[in-house]
Amino acid sequence: MSVVFDNMHYFVAGLSLTLQLTLISGVIALLAGLIVTTMRVSPVPAFRGAAMVYVEIVRNTPITIVFFFAAFVLPQIGVRLPYFTFAIIALSVYYTAFFAEALRSGFNSVAVGQAEAARSIGLTFSGVLSLVVLPQALRSSVPPLINVVIALVKSTAVASAFGVPELLTQMEHLANAESNAVLMILAATACIYLLITIPAGILATHIERKVAFAR
Amino acid sequence: MSTAFYDELGPVGRRKVRWATAIGAGVLVLLVALVLKRLADEGQLSAQIWGVFLNNPDLADLILTGLVSTLQAAATAMVLSLLVGTILAAGLLSDNRFISTAVRCWMEVFRGLPVLLLIFFVYLGAPAFGVVLSAFWSLVLGLMLYNSAVFAELFRAGVVSLPRGQKEAGLAVGLTQGQVLRIIQLPQAARRMLPALVSQAVIVLKETSLGFIIGYTELLREGRTAVEYLGGQYSIAIYTLLAVIFVLLNLMISAAAAWLDRRR
Repeated sequence: MSVVFDNMHYFVAGLSLTLQLTLISGVIALLAGLIVTTMRVSPVPAFRGAAMVYVEIVRNTPITIVFFFAAFVLPQIGVRLPYFTFAIIALSVYYTAFFAEALRSGFNSVAVGQAEAARSIGLTFSGVLSLVVLPQALRSSVPPLINVVIALVKSTAVASAFGVPELLTQMEHLANAESNAVLMILAATACIYLLITIPAGILATHIERKVAFAR
Repeated sequence: MSTAFYDELGPVGRRKVRWATAIGAGVLVLLVALVLKRLADEGQLSAQIWGVFLNNPDLADLILTGLVSTLQAAATAMVLSLLVGTILAAGLLSDNRFISTAVRCWMEVFRGLPVLLLIFFVYLGAPAFGVVLSAFWSLVLGLMLYNSAVFAELFRAGVVSLPRGQKEAGLAVGLTQGQVLRIIQLPQAARRMLPALVSQAVIVLKETSLGFIIGYTELLREGRTAVEYLGGQYSIAIYTLLAVIFVLLNLMISAAAAWLDRRR
């Protein structure tokens, strides 16, 4: 146990980077995901097609390959950035597709009559979307969005293999340095992740129930 | 569904769509041109680099070996996860409150952790108990710990969605709780949850790529070895090939599932 408390600063440093990765790439991916979802329901067939192809490719590719492209391919074409930035790029590119899908499920949950009523009073696509559908869709999108954020927190661990000293990297260093207390260190790391993911999961379920009740 | 967001397009609307398509295509062409120019400037479009697959028969062998290892790990992890997932689901649906709560806690813990951490748990943790596992088994067991919890939750959701009468009828003809679950509820639940089970299978296949981090020589590891041997300038060609292989494999899984779904 003392191993964990003596090395607390490593855990805190790792957790801070994990949270930074989550927050920055989460915000970027959420905004990009909103654009992708808008393209997917837009009247322009080419936009619909492009958005669908993007989502399908990303969903069928391992996140590790996206990290490979960010960390090993970008430097080859002259883009030289810190590993942290590469990790942000990889996570944002990957999670844009998942945020887009979560938002789309929210769009689909809005009753068809809402959009039809909006059209019948003369609103165009942008009006229907921004004034009527989106405000209602965001509400029911919150639980699936929280679940995507949980997945994002867990995926930041992959950045440890690409030179970002986040929580899992710190765990590996400690496990190497204190090889007689490996289990304690692993358990402490697990607890830190669970402190984020389990409350978030409970929050998602709670909001899901509230939203379902209101409808 | 999406057509509900806009009216049937008139002449003006169609003209707008044509303009938007043209502008969108223009932006796309511009982006592609910029990327291609960048690639050409760095000498990445030469025939030598993209001919690497033709000029190196060893490379094809390497990629093929990696592919086989990836599929082995994915298949083993899938089968184990389904087995353990079924057992967990049985525990979760048990009438014994103690068992179902214990299983629920177990699942919440393992679903809440990064798969990579679970792989390290097995890889670094097992030696502490005097068991030394190969990279293959560390990867497979790590994947199993995570995915069995996910599968159990899917099975549970499937069973709960069945009409109550299914269970009641089973009990009424004298089957035991376990028989009802095994013969009546689980087969129907598995069919109902087929789409979700298939997307989880795709996730398992994708997650085997984490094996390269602990040194399991699967597809990505072999690709990385090839790049280290041939030189960094080949990374685009080789990693693109790896991405294409994964996308094709996963699309095949989804297509096979859709085909099965239609046949039944």
